[in-house]
Amino acid sequence: MIATHYIYWLIIVLMMSGLYIVLSHGHLLKKLIGLNVFQAAVFLLYVSFGKVAGGTAPIVAPGIETYSHPLPAVLVLTAIVVGMATTSLGLALAVRIFREYGTLEEDEAIVAEASEHTAA
Amino acid sequence: MTATAWQPLLLPLAVASPLLGGVGVLLLRHRPNLRESASFAGGLAAAVTVLSLWAVVGTDLRFEMWTWLPGLTFAFHLEPLGLLFATVAAVLWPITTLFSIGYVRANGLPRQTSFYFYFAVAVAAALWIAFSANLLTLFVGYEVLTLATVPLVTHERSAAARRGGRVYLGLLLATSICLLLPAIVWTWLLTGSTEFVPGGLLAGHAGTGVLAVLLGLFVIGTGKAALMPFHRWLPEAMVAPTPVSALLHAVAVVKAGVFTVLKISIYTFGLDTLDSSGASTVMMWTAGITVLVAAGIATAKDNLKARLAYSTVSQLAYIVLGAMLASRVAALGGALHLVTHAVGKITLFFCAGAIYTSVRKSRVSELDGLGRAMPWTFGAFLVAALSIIGLPPLGGTWSKWLLLQGTADAGEAVMMAVLLVGSLLSLAYLLPIPLRAFSRPAPPGAVHGEAPPACVVPLVVTAAACVALFFVPDLIVGPLGRALELP
Amino acid sequence: MTHLPVLQVLIPLMGAPACALLRQRRAAWTLFLLVTGGALVCAVLLVLRMEQGSVRYALGGWPAPRGIEYVIDPLNAPMLALVSLIALIVAVYARPSVEAEIETRRIPLFYACMCLCVAGMLGVIATGDAFNAFVFLEITSLSSYALIAMGKRRRALLAAFRYLIVGTIGATFLLIGIALAYAVTGTLNMADLAQRLPDVYGNRALTAAVAFVVVGLAVKMALFPLHSWLPGAYAEAPSAVSTLLAGVGTKVAVYAFLRFALTVFGGSLVFGLLPVGSIGLVAACAAMVLASAIACFQRDLKYLLGWSSVAQIGYIVAGLSLATVDGISAGYLHMINHAVTKAALFAAAGVLLMRLGSVDLQALAGLGRRMPWTFAAILLAGLGLIGLPPTAGFVSKWALVLALVEQGQWFVVGAVLGSSLLAVVYVGRIVEIAWFREPPETPLLRPPAVPMVAMTWLLVLMSLYFGLSPVLPAALADGAAVAVAGRLR
Repeated sequence: MIATHYIYWLIIVLMMSGLYIVLSHGHLLKKLIGLNVFQAAVFLLYVSFGKVAGGTAPIVAPGIETYSHPLPAVLVLTAIVVGMATTSLGLALAVRIFREYGTLEEDEAIVAEASEHTAA
Repeated sequence: MTATAWQPLLLPLAVASPLLGGVGVLLLRHRPNLRESASFAGGLAAAVTVLSLWAVVGTDLRFEMWTWLPGLTFAFHLEPLGLLFATVAAVLWPITTLFSIGYVRANGLPRQTSFYFYFAVAVAAALWIAFSANLLTLFVGYEVLTLATVPLVTHERSAAARRGGRVYLGLLLATSICLLLPAIVWTWLLTGSTEFVPGGLLAGHAGTGVLAVLLGLFVIGTGKAALMPFHRWLPEAMVAPTPVSALLHAVAVVKAGVFTVLKISIYTFGLDTLDSSGASTVMMWTAGITVLVAAGIATAKDNLKARLAYSTVSQLAYIVLGAMLASRVAALGGALHLVTHAVGKITLFFCAGAIYTSVRKSRVSELDGLGRAMPWTFGAFLVAALSIIGLPPLGGTWSKWLLLQGTADAGEAVMMAVLLVGSLLSLAYLLPIPLRAFSRPAPPGAVHGEAPPACVVPLVVTAAACVALFFVPDLIVGPLGRALELP
Repeated sequence: MTHLPVLQVLIPLMGAPACALLRQRRAAWTLFLLVTGGALVCAVLLVLRMEQGSVRYALGGWPAPRGIEYVIDPLNAPMLALVSLIALIVAVYARPSVEAEIETRRIPLFYACMCLCVAGMLGVIATGDAFNAFVFLEITSLSSYALIAMGKRRRALLAAFRYLIVGTIGATFLLIGIALAYAVTGTLNMADLAQRLPDVYGNRALTAAVAFVVVGLAVKMALFPLHSWLPGAYAEAPSAVSTLLAGVGTKVAVYAFLRFALTVFGGSLVFGLLPVGSIGLVAACAAMVLASAIACFQRDLKYLLGWSSVAQIGYIVAGLSLATVDGISAGYLHMINHAVTKAALFAAAGVLLMRLGSVDLQALAGLGRRMPWTFAAILLAGLGLIGLPPTAGFVSKWALVLALVEQGQWFVVGAVLGSSLLAVVYVGRIVEIAWFREPPETPLLRPPAVPMVAMTWLLVLMSLYFGLSPVLPAALADGAAVAVAGRLR
C-alpha cells in the first residue's frame, strides 16, 4: 500500500505540514509560506491523477502510444495562478501591516491595537 | 340579514381611523390644541364606526386584505366577541384622550406629540386584533401592539422607565415568539388553516395530549393575559404615565391578551372540544392560582398603581379561567367581565391619575382624609371598586355571577371557591382605599381640591357606566350568547 | 438573448479592467453603476426565461462535458437577480461613501475590485462546471480581501489578512474535494458528475470529496465554528463593501453548497448516506444561539451586525440541512430576506460612520432624535433580524419554523426562537442607546448623503414589502426547492 501509493502519502505529509505551519505560527510571512506548502501539496495531488503508468508527456509524437492525461496539469496551472495571486496579495498586505504596526507578528499587532484602543 | 357591499369596509375603516388620527397628531405637532383635537376626532370616528357595527352584528361580515402566502390571508371579520372588545377599546379611547389632555397638561409631560401618536397606533393595533379573522392576522396585530406601547411605557426616559420597558418588551416578545408563534405554526400544520371557525378549528384534528400542549403554548404564549408566572411586565409597566396605564394596562393591551385567549378557546379549540378532551385542566388551575396569588400580593402593596396592577393580574385570570372552564356560560361570563372590568379598572386608574395630579400622592397610606377634598374622585373610585368586587347594582355583578354559574356548569367546585375567595380578597385590597379617604381625618394644613375638570369628567362618566352596565348586560353579551348557542 | 448567461458574468468581468484603466473616479463609478445595472437586466431576463425551462450555454461553443458550460435553472436564477440587485443598490450607495472613505487615487481601483467581486459571485452562481466554480469563488475572495484591506482603520489590514488565510484554506479544501470527485469520475462538469457519481456511492475517495467540499464551503459561508474571519472582515471593510458582502457575500457560498450537495453529489449521498444534515443542524443551532449571544456583548455596531450575520447563516443552514422541500425553500427564502435586511443595516451603519466618524455604540447615544431617518431604518431592519411582523424576517422565520416542526426538530425550533430572543436583546441595546440616552452636544461631522440614506431606505422598504407581501420571494424560493426536489434523498 505504502509502496504503490507513496505519492499520496507524500502529499498528505506535505499538506499537513503546510496546514500546521499556518495554524501554529503567528508570523505573517511564515503563515504565507505554510499556505503555499499546503497549496503545493494540492497541486501535486492534481498532477498525480494525470499520471498514466508508462505514459510520457502529452505531446503527440510518432511511435508513442501512451500519454499522461493533460487535463489535470491544465487545471493545476489555473490553480497555481490563483495561488500566486493569493500569495502576492498576502505579501502586499503583510508589507502594509509592517508599515502600520512595525511588526509582522500577529500577536504583537493585536496587542498594539488593543493598547491603542484602551489609550483612546 | 345579509351585508351590503359597503358594510365590510367598516372593519378596515374602524382600524384606520385611529391611525388617521395619529397622522393628524404628527402633522399638527406644532399646534397643541389642534393636535389634541385630531387625536380626539380619530377616537370619536373609531367609536362611531365600531358602534355602528352593532347594527349588523349577526351578519357574516368579512374583509379580505391580501394574501400573504398561499392559504394564508390577512383578513378581518365581524363576530360578537371581537366587536365586544373593539367597542371597549374604541369607546374608552376618546374618554381617555380627554383625561390625557387634562393629565398631560397639568403634569407638564414632555414629548406630547409622540405620546398621542403611539397611543393612536396602539388603539389601531387593538382594533386590528379585535377584528382579526385568523391567527396570522391576530399575531401581526399582537406584535404591533407590543411594539407601539413600548415608547409609552418608557415615556419618562428615567432609569426605572428603561428597566420597566426592558421587562415589558422582553416578557411580551419572549412569550409571543417562543410560545405563541410555534403554537400558530403547529395549528397551521395540523389543520392547514389559521381561520377562526365557529365550533373550533382544531376539533377532530388532534388528540388530548397535543391539544393540552397546544393550549398551554397559546395561553401562556399570550403574555398580555398576564397569567402567572409571566405577569411581571404588568406591574413593571406602571412606570408609564397614568393615562397609559389606564387605557393600555387596564383596557387595550391586557384585554387584547384575554380576548386572544377567549377567542382561541372558542374559535380555534372550540369549547366543546376543550370540554370533552379535558385539555384545559392545567391551564384552569394556573388561572385559579393566579387569581388568588395576585390578589394576595395586591393586598400587600402600598403603592396605589402597583396595587391596581396586581388587581388587574388577578381579574384577568378570572377571564382566562372563564375560558378554561370550557363551559359556554363561563366563557360568556369571561367576555362580560372583559367589559365590566375594563370600565371599572379604567375608572380606578383615572382616579389614581387625578389624585396624583391634584395632590402628588401615589401611596395608599397617604390618602387619609382626601375624600372630602375630592368627593367626585373618591366617589367614582368607590363605585368602580364595588363593581370590580362584584356587588350589585353595578356591572361587575353579572360577570361574576355568570362565571360562578360557569364553575357550577363545569362541575368545578374548587374553582367556585377560588372565585369567591378572590372576590373577598378584592374587597380587602380595594375597599380600604376610599374608606380611609372618607373616614380618616385629613392631616392638618392640607387644603386641596379636585383635579382639573378634564380629569374629573371622564372618571365620573366611566363610573356612571359601571352603574349603567348593571341594567344592560343582555345588550352586551346577547349576540355572543346567541353565537355560542346559549338559551 | 442566447448569450445572456455569459453576458451576466462577462459584463462585470470586463468592467474591472475598464475601471482600472479609466483612472478617474467619477468615470469609474459611472461604469460600475452601468455594469451592475447591466447585470441586473441580464438576471431579470434570465429569471423570466425560467418559465420556459433551464438554459444551458456552452462557453466558446465547446459543448459539455469537454467545454465549460453555464447552466441557469430555477435554483440559481433568483440568486443572480439577488446579487445583481444588491450590487446595483450598493453602486448607487457607494459614490458619496467611497469618496469619504477611500483615497481619491485608489477609487478607480476600488471600483475595479468591486466589479471583480460581483463578477466572481455571478460566476459561481452561473457556472455548471465544478472547477470553474472554484476559480470564480477565488476571484470573489481575492477581490474582497483587497476591498476589505481598503478599510479606513489599520485594523482592516489584519482583518483582511486573517480572512485571506482562512479563506484560502477553505478554498483549497474545496479544490481538494473537487480533485477527489474528479479522480473517481473523470469529469468536472456538474451535470456529468451528477450522472456518474451514483455508481460510485460508498467509495471512500468520494466520501472524502464530500467532506472536503462541505468543510471548504462552510468556511466560505462562515458557518459556526468556522466563522472567525467574518465579524472583523465585515466590520473593518469600507461601508459599501460591508453592505455588498453582508448582503450577498456568504450567500454565494451557501448557494455553492446547495449546488454541490444536491445537484452534484446528490442528497441521497450527502444527506442520506453521510450525516451532513445532522452536522449542519448542530452547527446551525450553535451558530444561532452562540453568535447571537456574542452579538449582545459587542461594543461596535458593525461588529454586532457581523456576529448577527454569523447567527443568521445558522437559520439558513438549519433550513437547508433538513433536506426537505420546505426546508430548502425556507433556507432559500431567508437568504433573500436576510440579504435585503442585513444590507440595509450595514448601509445604515455606513451612513452613521460617515456622519459620526465612528460606529462605537457609545457614540450613538441619544442620536435617535437627531438622525430620525437613519435610526428608524435601523429599527425596522432590526425588527427583521428579530423576525417580527411586518418585516421579511417574520416570513422566513414562519417558513423555517414550519419546516422544522414538520420534521419534528423541536430542539432546533428552540434554538431558532432562542436566537430571536437574543436578537431582541442586541437590537434592543441599539434602540435603547439611540433613543434613551442624552444626546451629545458635539456637532455631526457631515451632512447626510442623500443617495446613501435613500438606498438604505430602499432596502428597508424592500424588507417591509417582502414581509407584508412575500409572494414573490416565496415563489422564487419554492421554485428553487422544487427544482431540486428530485435529488433530496
